[in-house]
Amino acid sequence: MIEDIRTILKEHGRLSVDATTLAEDADLYQAGLTSHASVNVMLALEGKFDIEFPDRMLKRGVFESLASIRGAIEELTTGS
Amino acid sequence: MTNNQTDSRHVAAATRIGIEVAGPNARSVDRDSRFPKEALDALKEARLLSAFVPKELGGLGCGMIELSQMCQALGAHCSSAAMVFAMHQIQVACIVRHAGQSSFFRDYLREIVEKQNLIASVTSEAGVGGEMRNSVCAVERQDERFSLSKDATTISYGAHADDLLVTARRSPDAPANDQSLALVRKADYTLEVNGVWDTLGMRGTCSPPFKLRSTGALAQVLETPFADIAAHTMVPFSHVLWANSWLGIATAAVSRARAFVRTQARAKPGTTPPSALRLAEVAGMLQTMRANVHDVAAECEELMSRPDAGTEVLSSIAFALKMNNVKVSTSQGLSDIVHRCLSICGIMGYKNDSKFSIGLYLRDSLSAALMVNNDRIYATNASMLLVLKDD
Repeated sequence: MIEDIRTILKEHGRLSVDATTLAEDADLYQAGLTSHASVNVMLALEGKFDIEFPDRMLKRGVFESLASIRGAIEELTTGS
Repeated sequence: MTNNQTDSRHVAAATRIGIEVAGPNARSVDRDSRFPKEALDALKEARLLSAFVPKELGGLGCGMIELSQMCQALGAHCSSAAMVFAMHQIQVACIVRHAGQSSFFRDYLREIVEKQNLIASVTSEAGVGGEMRNSVCAVERQDERFSLSKDATTISYGAHADDLLVTARRSPDAPANDQSLALVRKADYTLEVNGVWDTLGMRGTCSPPFKLRSTGALAQVLETPFADIAAHTMVPFSHVLWANSWLGIATAAVSRARAFVRTQARAKPGTTPPSALRLAEVAGMLQTMRANVHDVAAECEELMSRPDAGTEVLSSIAFALKMNNVKVSTSQGLSDIVHRCLSICGIMGYKNDSKFSIGLYLRDSLSAALMVNNDRIYATNASMLLVLKDD
């Protein structure tokens, strides 16, 4: 899953660093993720994983690292 | 003022300053495009520049709602004075809410109480396309000091401020949106004015472009990332305090329209003048605007007083959308209301020397949709609505 997230970040995140080499806990905002780009990342993740992020997840903390994004997707896909 | 739902003596002080000091000087402030010095001096004397500083540090310990009422009270008499006051309080709120634990900033807040320092905001910059959340300039650290140079496209009351709060990239190798907020002190900066402020309205905010060169101690850089400061404090305080200043302008314009309709009614007792219908319409619009502004101020104050300071909600997309909607709707509502007041007062409203003059309100009101352009805000909202479900 983390590789899919990386690919989406690479395509839509417009980061100032290479998403393929980013540490899982690296701060994506410090890597240049803007709020506008994060919307595109969310849309791509929703399409790729066939999920919808509920509004309670639409906040900075959920999209701040590869690990936190994975955590959110796992929560949505395990049918909880 | 009939709309201050408070018995706060601090709000009463601001109201008095509006009536006795800001109002009588408003025409010359506008005509000469000069800083509303008399009003700001009176606000300092009343210790209102430290209104938001907590009582434990010597301030008045006012909350957002009291600040809102002060802005409204000032806005009814001099919109430039209200805007300067609002912008200063936004800066103080950023420091209180995000650096209130730092020993340097606690001392600084005590100094604001003692000396009533006026703080200006330096968020604009050439080359970022008006996007507050991007910077070109950077905090350049050297040992325990930093230097910071910025080509600002506008600094409101820059030449009249004591200290400045400046956004910049966290370090020279940080991306454009990884920003810090730094305080720079009068003795440590130079401002080279780089243009003029000759505008249609809001002429007393004196907001020309400047080139800033500054240095400071590292302790003057707030530790909280600017992204959080913006979401949790700067944006909500800006939209709420601006909206309240605009509400003051709208209230004053409607008061003039009311007075005009009354004189018409007195001229022909027994008949309701045609303008009264338009007044009924505009009074309803004002009520909607007021409800909108009060609702969001109350919500912000409630959120910020929670044990977690409301950070979860304040950083959500839904809340950002709501704040943006308040800004767009009140700024549009303001110019719409004022324009209708002009129609009611007719040629007497169009004349600058009439007691029913609406011209200054109209010119000032037109700034509201442009200071953070509503189209930019709509574009942001459009993007957020792609993912917000609101269900």
